[in-house]
Amino acid sequence: MPTITIDGVHYEVEQGKNLLESCLSLGLDLPYFCWHPAMGSIGACRQCAVVQYQNAEDTRGRIVMGCMTPVSDGAIFSLAGDKAQQFREAIVESLMLNHPHDCPVCAEGGECHLQDMTVMVGHRDRHYRGRKNTHRNQYLGPLINHEMNRCITCYRCTRYYRDYAGGTDLAAMAAHDHIYFGRHQEGVLQSEFAGNLVEVCPTGVFTDKSLVHDYTRKWDLQSAPSVCTGCAVGCNTMPGERYGRLKRVHNRFNAEVNGYFLCDRGRFGAGFVNSDKALEYPGLRQADGRYRALDHHEALLRMAQQCAQGRVAGIGSPRASVEANYLLRQLVGADNFAPGFSDTEQVLVSLALQLQADSAALVPDIATIESADAVLILGEDVTNTAPRIALALRQSVRNKAYELAAELKLETWQDAAIRNLAQHQRSPLFIAAVADTPLDDVATQCLYLAPASIAALGQAVAAGLGGGDSKAATDNAAGALPRAIQAEAAAITAALAGAKRPLVIAGTTCGSAAILRAAAEVASALCSGARQTMLCLCVPEANSLGQAILAGPDAPNLTTLQQRASAGEIDTLVVLENDLYRRGNEAQIDALLAACSQVIVLDGLDNATTSAANLVLPAANFAESEGTLVSLEGRAQRYFPVFQPQAERRAAWVWLLACLKEMERSEVYPLHHFDDITRACAADIPALAGITAAAPDLHYLNLGVKIPRQPARYSGRTAMRANISVHEPKQREDEETPLAFTMEGLNRDQPGALLPWVWAPGWNSNQSVHKFQTEAGGPLKGGTAGARLLHPGGSRNRTNTRPVAGDAAAENSGVSGAQPGLWQLVPRPRIFGSDELSAMSPALAELVSPGFIELCPADAAGLGIDTGDGVEVGDQLATLELRVNDSMAAGCAGYGAGLAGTGNLRALARVSLRRAETWQRRPGLIASDRGAGPGSSHV
Amino acid sequence: MSDRNSSATIPLLDDTETTLSAAEIAGIDAEIAHAPYRSAVAIDALKIVQAHRGWVSDESLRAIARHLHMSAAELDGIATFYNLIFRRPVGEKVILLCNSISCWIKGCEGLQQQITQQLGIGLGETTGDNRYTLLPVTCLGACDKAPVLMVGEDLHEDVDAQTLRQLFDNSGGGA
Amino acid sequence: MSLDLPLTRNVRPDRSPTGFAAYEANGGYRGLKAAIGKLAPAECLQIIKDSNLRGRGGAGFPTGMKWSFVPMDGASPGHKYLICNADEMEPGTFKDRLLLECDPHQLIEGMICAAYTIQADVAYIFIRAEYHKAAKLLREAIAVCYDKGYLGSAILGSGYNLEMQVHSSAGRYICGEETALISSLEGKRANPRAKPPFPQVSGLWGRPTIVNNVETLCNIHHIIERGADWFQSLGLTEDAGTKLYGVSGRVKKPGCWELPIGTPIREIIEEYAGGMADGYQLRGFLPGGGSTDFLTPEHLDLAMDYGTIGKAGSRMGTGTMIILDDRTCPVGFVKNLMEFFARESCGFCTPCRDGLPWSAQVLDDIEHGRGRPEDMDTLARQVTFIGAIGNTHCALAPGAMEPLQSALKYFREDFERHISGGACPFRDGGAR
Ligand SMILES: Cc1cc2nc3c(=O)[nH]c(=O)nc-3n(C[C@H](O)[C@H](O)[C@H](O)COP(=O)(O)O)c2cc1C
Ligand code: SF4
Ligand code: FES
Repeated sequence: MPTITIDGVHYEVEQGKNLLESCLSLGLDLPYFCWHPAMGSIGACRQCAVVQYQNAEDTRGRIVMGCMTPVSDGAIFSLAGDKAQQFREAIVESLMLNHPHDCPVCAEGGECHLQDMTVMVGHRDRHYRGRKNTHRNQYLGPLINHEMNRCITCYRCTRYYRDYAGGTDLAAMAAHDHIYFGRHQEGVLQSEFAGNLVEVCPTGVFTDKSLVHDYTRKWDLQSAPSVCTGCAVGCNTMPGERYGRLKRVHNRFNAEVNGYFLCDRGRFGAGFVNSDKALEYPGLRQADGRYRALDHHEALLRMAQQCAQGRVAGIGSPRASVEANYLLRQLVGADNFAPGFSDTEQVLVSLALQLQADSAALVPDIATIESADAVLILGEDVTNTAPRIALALRQSVRNKAYELAAELKLETWQDAAIRNLAQHQRSPLFIAAVADTPLDDVATQCLYLAPASIAALGQAVAAGLGGGDSKAATDNAAGALPRAIQAEAAAITAALAGAKRPLVIAGTTCGSAAILRAAAEVASALCSGARQTMLCLCVPEANSLGQAILAGPDAPNLTTLQQRASAGEIDTLVVLENDLYRRGNEAQIDALLAACSQVIVLDGLDNATTSAANLVLPAANFAESEGTLVSLEGRAQRYFPVFQPQAERRAAWVWLLACLKEMERSEVYPLHHFDDITRACAADIPALAGITAAAPDLHYLNLGVKIPRQPARYSGRTAMRANISVHEPKQREDEETPLAFTMEGLNRDQPGALLPWVWAPGWNSNQSVHKFQTEAGGPLKGGTAGARLLHPGGSRNRTNTRPVAGDAAAENSGVSGAQPGLWQLVPRPRIFGSDELSAMSPALAELVSPGFIELCPADAAGLGIDTGDGVEVGDQLATLELRVNDSMAAGCAGYGAGLAGTGNLRALARVSLRRAETWQRRPGLIASDRGAGPGSSHV
Repeated sequence: MSDRNSSATIPLLDDTETTLSAAEIAGIDAEIAHAPYRSAVAIDALKIVQAHRGWVSDESLRAIARHLHMSAAELDGIATFYNLIFRRPVGEKVILLCNSISCWIKGCEGLQQQITQQLGIGLGETTGDNRYTLLPVTCLGACDKAPVLMVGEDLHEDVDAQTLRQLFDNSGGGA
Repeated sequence: MSLDLPLTRNVRPDRSPTGFAAYEANGGYRGLKAAIGKLAPAECLQIIKDSNLRGRGGAGFPTGMKWSFVPMDGASPGHKYLICNADEMEPGTFKDRLLLECDPHQLIEGMICAAYTIQADVAYIFIRAEYHKAAKLLREAIAVCYDKGYLGSAILGSGYNLEMQVHSSAGRYICGEETALISSLEGKRANPRAKPPFPQVSGLWGRPTIVNNVETLCNIHHIIERGADWFQSLGLTEDAGTKLYGVSGRVKKPGCWELPIGTPIREIIEEYAGGMADGYQLRGFLPGGGSTDFLTPEHLDLAMDYGTIGKAGSRMGTGTMIILDDRTCPVGFVKNLMEFFARESCGFCTPCRDGLPWSAQVLDDIEHGRGRPEDMDTLARQVTFIGAIGNTHCALAPGAMEPLQSALKYFREDFERHISGGACPFRDGGAR
């Protein structure tokens, strides 16, 4: 480790870092703007200036930029010297020439890095007397506000948006002091990761529009550590609340999962918490079909009564916590507990779990995905199903650049230099999908194939690598795999074989077990030699994997329950946080619900299932409750209530536990607290034993005190309720978690799972996170949040899985060959709207499109229809708008899975298509040619 | 670029959208032939289209971007960086008046005033008859002949009141 | 005594271009023939190193040394590039235009020899947009060279191939900075790049690249043909070769001449430029373009070479002087330059993007009688803040500070008179 001298003090620092990072890691405050721990250095803002001396005799020294200066043994620097300080002050003064000084009305005020740096450098007096430049702002869509006058031209926005996240519609325009960061024309920012601009911009140019409209200063937000419920990646978040409303979601740093960035589904989708569809009171359906509000105790009594009588079954939910699902399972018994997946998904999620658990390949966390030097994606459009993984893959393709950089001895933080060196050279990324995906622009090769061919391609690659079932592969090669693709398979094989850290990705979206198995075969064929092979199988929801573990492979599925119900075997059905109409077709769910005499539903938002219930219990949402979720990498993570449940909502586990107690079920007598349930579940289900380690329990104290949800400057605690009473109520004590609903306590050095907000003296912005890290950009001091249940190189810890029985529908994908007159339905999920909850977020409402059907031009032409026409799918399964897509595999009909009107469509089903005669075209709609490249057309 | 699955992002029919002419495409493709990737010829392409159309409108810019498989924003960032890519209409001829140091010493400010008087246009403006646009330009590398200006592609050296009268009289200008 | 002036021997009094036939008749392409197939690249490099040729683009970096950083002999397999910097836009600089318009083949021959030395297989001439005539002449001359087998594959029957292309720019002074030029040639915004890595190892499209000024390159084949000693002998002082010197401003005969490097300043101004115009006195001059420090009449007897001018507190820069006379306002002079540099900032780094307009604004206030005494401190602070190489991302902004810092030194009383008098004392009857 090199030793450097800063202002006369010797420090040991880490080799390969730059001086700025090293200073921050040492706890020395060195101001900066353009550097970002995840994006490296470019030396634009010149804010991180220090003086470097040639040797001990050198008394003058010269100014260098900390972020551009490697630390080397014996180097001598000064941060505190006048020369450096004056320079840094002059930089801030220069940055402020055109800055509007509108902090009082700026959404960044109070958490503004520019404010912090201004104070840090001591700039106070303004010398400039000229006029300020002003800019016109652009409309950038419903999510992000644009206020260009506040810009300090640090280039972070475009570096993040374009270089890091691959967005193409935001750029630096003009030159000199007229530089403008914006779009070619006003319009919605197209990147799925645009929201991070809010956190990346060090001042108030890009701000969260929902927050701007429903404004609260950072110091007035009450926050808690949380986990995104948008998909199965499990990004860590810090939602902020005031007045019982969720005001915004910020990233919570997790070195192994999301790092510094979220996707827009996660950031803006959580707004469903404020939806006007939120249920407030327990309700009982009366004879006339209307609901009567019930007192919560009465509701509980009714529930207990009904559950105590007759035969009870329960349907859990892959979007509800492990604990709530566990209690429901206890309530109804394992044999009567369906996990709440669709039938196909139930098979596939269990299979994904089994394949990962049994694989010798590493199940990578998201940060490890970034290290992959060759990637094969089979069938999964990760940008739309597990978005944060797509962002990680965009970094993985840069490993080629880092290799080239290493030859020239360039440090990895030399961002611009490395990009200039590598230009368009990337590590191999192969995508086989039913049609184009947003990652195609960084792919070496994209193959658009029907699901059966995707599986066959995987098998061929596995066989080429000397693994898998080579007979199946040969058979498939002859059948499903067109000759041209065989050559591609060889190229993919070669690239993977040549890699040191190959990664195979697949998922459940296509509805194909064969694809999942093929991916696992490729990975296992690669598990030899010195390679570190990775296998990542995506599942759809925040707790899909946890639910599969909890329910086990033998759990009944929806069809089984429906059959039992129809046979009169179920009297009372309890549904936990699940809109069943998204899981099975309408007729089947209608039949199920009609066959049960009592349907009790616990959920947070009104939906088709709550509408069909007899008794509805309003369940607290993720921001009002605690729970454990198991992410797609098998990471158990805990979310905590940000604020207390509003109205009569209760956490589902609270309802269920109370119900069990009311039923005098003695096994729950020892359970009092949330932690007790977690422990009981862990004890009961060995594969979930690790969940207790997801976060410290209720008794954790940070140096003797709790962890405050409110920052020290939280204000107006009395005034905020003054319209009700001027007496400030005693703050409710949190009896379930180590967090307090007050500003008393200590927010420092605690485990990462308990980090509610970041702030440090002098660092009011999110940049203060480095004060919580072991080193700038490194893991959190208190440890990384979450506990892995699937261990890397899974074979060490087999879960109690047994081979999953084949499911006819899912395995069907192996059957290849187009059937004349029929199209195979393939899901085309969308980041906005394909999942149940984010679609209800007011912020995203505008961005959720109606359902659609995608066909290749030839298929569309054959049917005599074009983009904008209506298509009738099957026998009145759906009528949807057509989008012609050049890239869609022939014979496949993509559908906007989860979007309005697609409820009856199931992956891989063969359906007929015809023009919908009574369809009204939307006015002014045309096929757009905004393609990413040749041959791809988006509509 | 990904379609953000929003109905709002589906562009509405825009009948001002333009396509590149065969000659423009030929010119651009000739440059592409020498380049490692298409977007590398962005500046050449902008210049080629500008040579044909006088300036680069939003529609032209988008047409070039499509041809180069790059985004309009990225191309606009490039176009707006360079001062000789015109993103607003200019007259038939552009007057580039050098206002750098040697020409300043030799009185380019007086020339500018005279042009304004004669043609009725200030810097950045175009005559009413659309014949001339007046722009300032960086040292034209003819300082020994200062003051100088260019009209179209022609350099005029040792310019004085007399030269300007000859150049622009009867131009029929006037704002 | 008739001087040996290799660079301008084909320059005709009427400045009409020398075509291929005339060029070859006058000894052209002999350097090329002496190099390719006859000398190994390493031998050529040694000759250039020995010649002590220094870059004529402004910084004066030794050309042979610069080239020696290029990986050779397959150390970096793939393309290598030579770029001629013909972006001449430095205020007061008008020497490259002369070479480009009068003798295009000379540049091409120099470039082929340079490219051969570093074993580049592609060469570009990056020429500023306004040099239409030169660009046309170069394109024609290149076409002739392809015909003659001086360019293209297997040049002169050797195994050496070279493609050459003219890229006409789209404006912006910053494109002359070599790494910004590379960004621009890649079709991007012309932001300069941080060094290291130097273009010699990672330049155009990430490949080894050499950027040289027009005048530098025009020397190469002469040196290879006639030897390092000959070149050394041309200079009058420790620097080697000849140099194009120019004078503009209120002198009797503004112009550009090739002279032995190290010719005394007085000789250039008084003999070649004919001395000050009638009714004007010399107050000072920028020795080598708009980004060099002022010198004053006391420096007239210095030799115009890199070392001497450097020691006097300025830089030889491009070698083209701009004269400040006694009737031109020094504040206005510096303001004109500052506004130029502020406008031409690429906008990448803060001190330049925001500091230069700030300085220009203060100068404007002073020039228009709105100055305040504390403005002098502001300007002095700006000079230390922006003026040092390393404080900014590239050399534009430090260059911009040179005229200001030296004007504050030599013409301080002019600034103070503006401030105390509330007006520009040169307004009536002065240069304006
Ligand atoms: C702002 C700026 C503008 C420049 N403009 C030019 C130019 O127009 N022509 C030129 O040859 N060099 C210019 N240079 C110098 C180049 O960066 C580079 O040093 C030169 O082309 C190298 O050639 P040489 O070694 O032959 O001198 C400029 C430098 C800076 C910092
Ligand atoms: S000094 Fe900075 S802003 Fe100025 S031209 Fe150079 S890089 Fe651009
Ligand atoms: S943080 Fe170092 S220059 Fe911006």
